[in-house]
Amino acid sequence: MSGDGIGAAVRRKEDARFLRGRGNYTDDINRPGQLYAYILRSPHAHADLGAIDTSKAKRAPGVVAVFTGADLAADNVGGLPCGWLIKNKDGSPMVEPPHPVLAQGRVRHVGDPVAVVIAESRNQAKDAAEQISVSYKELPAITDAAEAIKPGKPQLFEAAKNNLCYDWHIGEKDAVDAALKKAAHVTRIDIVNNRLVPNAMEPRSAIGEYDRGTGEYTLYTTSQNPHVIRLLMGAFVLHLPEHKLKVVAPDVGGGFGSKIYHYAEEAFVTWASAKVGKPVKWTAERSESFISDAQGRDHVTHAELALDKDGKFLALKVSTVANMGGYLSTFAPAIPTYLYATLLAGTYTTPAVYCEVKAVFTNTVPVDAYRGAGRPEATYVVERIVETAAREMKIDPAELRRRNYVPKNAYPYQTPVALQYDSGDYFTTLDMALKAADYAGFEKRRQEAAKHGKLRGIGLASYIEACGIAPSAVAGALGARAGLYETAEVRVHPTGSITMYTGTHSHGQGHETTFAQLISDRLGVPIEQIEVVHGDTSKIPFGMGTYGSRSLAVGGSALVKAMDKIVNKGKKIAAHLLEAAEADIEFKDGKFTVAGTDRSKAFGEIAFAAYVPHNYPIETVEPGLDETAFYDPKNFTFPSGTHVAEVEIDRDTGAVHVVGFAAADDFGRIINPLIVEGQVHGGLAQGIGQALCENTVYNDDGQLVTGSYMDYCMPRADNLPSFSVATNVTLCTHNPLGVKGCGEAGAIGAPAAIMNAVVNALAPLGVKDLAMPATPERVWRAIHGGQRQAAD
Amino acid sequence: MYNFNYHRPSSLADAAKTVQSAEEGKLVAGGMTLIPTLKQRLARPSDLVDLARIAELKGIKKDGNSIVIGAMTKHAEVAASDVVKGAIPGLADLAGHIGDPAVRNRGTIGGSIANNDPAADYPSAVVALNATVITNKRKIAADDFFKGMFETALEPGEIITAVQFPIPEKSAYMKFPNPASRYAIVGVFVAKTGSGTRVGVTGAGPSVFRQKEMEAALAKSFAPDAVANIKVSASGLNGDIHASPEYRAHLVTVMAKRAVAAAK
Amino acid sequence: MATTVSMTVNGKAVKGDVEARTLLVQFLREHLGLTGTHVGCDTSQCGACVVHVDGNSVKSCTLLAVQAEGAQVTTIEGLANGNELHPMQAAFREHHGLQCGFCTPGMVMSAVDLAKKVKNPSEQQIRHWLEGNICRCTGYHNIVKAIKAGATAMQGGQS
Repeated sequence: MSGDGIGAAVRRKEDARFLRGRGNYTDDINRPGQLYAYILRSPHAHADLGAIDTSKAKRAPGVVAVFTGADLAADNVGGLPCGWLIKNKDGSPMVEPPHPVLAQGRVRHVGDPVAVVIAESRNQAKDAAEQISVSYKELPAITDAAEAIKPGKPQLFEAAKNNLCYDWHIGEKDAVDAALKKAAHVTRIDIVNNRLVPNAMEPRSAIGEYDRGTGEYTLYTTSQNPHVIRLLMGAFVLHLPEHKLKVVAPDVGGGFGSKIYHYAEEAFVTWASAKVGKPVKWTAERSESFISDAQGRDHVTHAELALDKDGKFLALKVSTVANMGGYLSTFAPAIPTYLYATLLAGTYTTPAVYCEVKAVFTNTVPVDAYRGAGRPEATYVVERIVETAAREMKIDPAELRRRNYVPKNAYPYQTPVALQYDSGDYFTTLDMALKAADYAGFEKRRQEAAKHGKLRGIGLASYIEACGIAPSAVAGALGARAGLYETAEVRVHPTGSITMYTGTHSHGQGHETTFAQLISDRLGVPIEQIEVVHGDTSKIPFGMGTYGSRSLAVGGSALVKAMDKIVNKGKKIAAHLLEAAEADIEFKDGKFTVAGTDRSKAFGEIAFAAYVPHNYPIETVEPGLDETAFYDPKNFTFPSGTHVAEVEIDRDTGAVHVVGFAAADDFGRIINPLIVEGQVHGGLAQGIGQALCENTVYNDDGQLVTGSYMDYCMPRADNLPSFSVATNVTLCTHNPLGVKGCGEAGAIGAPAAIMNAVVNALAPLGVKDLAMPATPERVWRAIHGGQRQAAD
Repeated sequence: MYNFNYHRPSSLADAAKTVQSAEEGKLVAGGMTLIPTLKQRLARPSDLVDLARIAELKGIKKDGNSIVIGAMTKHAEVAASDVVKGAIPGLADLAGHIGDPAVRNRGTIGGSIANNDPAADYPSAVVALNATVITNKRKIAADDFFKGMFETALEPGEIITAVQFPIPEKSAYMKFPNPASRYAIVGVFVAKTGSGTRVGVTGAGPSVFRQKEMEAALAKSFAPDAVANIKVSASGLNGDIHASPEYRAHLVTVMAKRAVAAAK
Repeated sequence: MATTVSMTVNGKAVKGDVEARTLLVQFLREHLGLTGTHVGCDTSQCGACVVHVDGNSVKSCTLLAVQAEGAQVTTIEGLANGNELHPMQAAFREHHGLQCGFCTPGMVMSAVDLAKKVKNPSEQQIRHWLEGNICRCTGYHNIVKAIKAGATAMQGGQS
């Protein structure tokens, strides 16, 4: 084992290029003869599309072509597919309306693409787009999902009566209702999970290129999963066979879910590159990202928790309306169902859980997975209602949680909502977080703050998430239209250096380092001699990409399997070279050794022999040392933990200041603690952002009011504290590394912890609840409303 | 951005001539508001006249009982200036909190006040310190300069050359920033001089204004308590998703109170 | 309507014919092929495009190329001394102050400007200075740590 193996805080390999400005992001790529696409988007949230006059634009300087939906329809270009089918309560399928690449007949949200100009420069394309005249017949718009399902509201699709996409449920309703009836105490909450704009710092970009000689298409795109894009775009949209379509996702500047989906622009530039015979590049401006990148969250929920007199949870009943936006994005239907309701047992032994979810179309940008995807929404419901119950029953919130946690000896633990937790220890992470936050000393700090006119509050959130997505058969049974395994190829070169190909994709996660550590640890090769390749369908066997904290749990497991094959083959070669029985060969520290002797061959010698097979067991072993493995997980993984937030509120202005944040997480085995901490930090910032400042506001006409950083509040360095993060390890029992995944945890635990802290600070004034984000004015109003209430 | 003709005059006279003779001429100082506006295609000047190379517009100097700041002086220069810090620390502090460091390295005092963005910081100081805006044609008193949202007393072809700030006894600026844009939701500049106290409020209304009730109260007693209970009317104040008129009105009092407490 | 613009970028005299409306960042990326400077927003807030012009950090998306006529421009590509990373770059690597790398060039250029102007910046000063640099990956925790260490290293005469 080398010093750069499992558990080492190895400094990242990829940093060398990023720090010198030598990254290779999609917009950094320029292809010979490249043209630029500018997309004319609907300024209206809802309108029938009349005539589109492109004649003037076509004559504008530098313009090569102008296309509309009619051109795509004439070419039989298909719509963007949805990757997950949800069934209604009655077993009928959800409504799945068409999602055209360019609008056909109607526009359904501000930003819906209507026409595209292709020109020699970006400016020329944009100049010419102003010359396109589009006749719109405006229709009334609806943006609020809870409103949209009421009768008499504007209708987006004929097939979706009252804009309902599906009405789904899970759990035992009768058992839950019975428990609610006989409970000693019932806590009820109504909460909104505010819509967020993911805002990866790199705006989306795509370049299509067609090779007339070979008939092959190449798409360079800002994607988290290039193989999925190739599959969806090739099979459903452009009808191109996979061997004639290559998708490259080079360095990608953050994703957070928003770059999972197959977007119209990818299909468009690929299609158009053949039409105009030149590469076509499109790069979003940020204001365009705001109206075209899939957004996140947007739930309206009512929940009821039944407790016995000692605070034991008896049942949880949840009813949620989830906003899908104007069309179904690639994985949208799965988020508020199988990634949400199945997590409502949380870390607790609640014996009965029932959840119903109505998914609704509105005249807004489509909603899909955003960091955490369903699990932050579930955690928010559970942890807000648990904290509220604690306050109502006057039980310490930490104590109430302890009384209800799944006991340490109860694993595997089957929840009432389908999942089976394989391992965990919620008590230890709770204790760690409380200690780090000095929970015991809070009252003193609260009094001290009060002396300075500040309101101080503390809040907890214990979360659990289902990661390592996903066992293909399970996902398939639940409506997934894809498998969710992962692949790895380990190519050992003749001199012993290694190139590893992974179907996962790194857009900030540091796979080039983490995977190299796994290889170094197992094969004893220094990480400088290991290259990890991702993001190119022409190089990598296959892959499902990176999301759902799956890369290490699923992709890393595939890598272990591929390395097993390498070691097994190496043993055969070594046995031959060392004239020993294969069963007697041991592999350790980069050496194949005959057990109990000092006779050995270095890994590099075996690699060399495999490629220069002069003295080689050629009758029984093929030359070469290159192995591929596919790994399909047996179960989800279940990272968990407790976050403790402490806030101080300025009574005069309502401004909330996060003065402390402690996270204690269980991610299973840690490969690189530095990278894991970084993932937690980033998730926390997004979770705190959701709780305190990020919000997506549409006005009644469906215009996005928060359409730029002037109005959409991105957390800055001065909004956040330094974080205290720590990990406890319980191993995942069903994957070879024992890993669980760490990418989403921060965003999952933080919103509830922060809001619980804010409400805790305001509770002495009579405030019982507050909606996210806790903006200064909202808090100020609560303080004043609360004070009045208390005085009444 | 639409294209335009670009000019880089080296004298004030040239600049004035060029901008006036253009079909739709526009002056660019630091460009921190203008360039973003052009990028959004919200303006379409035929000609852009860059003031950056005109030496006579730069510099900070003490002139008797006032500080004179050249129109093209950058926010970062004002914030770091020992002359300003010594004479009007509130003004240096204000400059050090405009936008962000990169904006402060380009944005200028002349550009800021000529633009008169309702949420810009500088106008509050110009008004509260009773400054004089000096142009290539005349001198304009602060109270006469700001006319309304993005409107000033400047005439076509008139170029700000400097702003002259009388040195107060005490002053301070307090800003409650918009959490997203970081512009002022409310900014209050308080200046105490021998002849009284002036309170300039930015962000709250369509244009910077003086809060005379507070000025009167502070003339009697320059103490935070003097303004703490003054309720500002929300009528006519700005409202948006970040802050309603009522909340802005409340913040004017809070920021004024804090500015008085911080004044030095 | 092309205008010729000339300036010194990373120590090299460069020249190009551009439309007056060409932004400095477009000139750097598209004319000079210096793609290390990034564009992350269109409202001058994210700071991914920060470069140094005449020694000060500026947003190259909010500056016309013609406004930088004759200027000394330093981009992220010009920071390292050959193979040796600038102390601030080295500190970002050591403290894992970057993840996806997209905001990183602007962050590093801003940080270097801070370290030149403020000796031993406090955590609060660093966080305030970063008002104009948005990172979506790191939560800023490690960026702040990196800048503290980088600023100290720069004081050691390594810059």
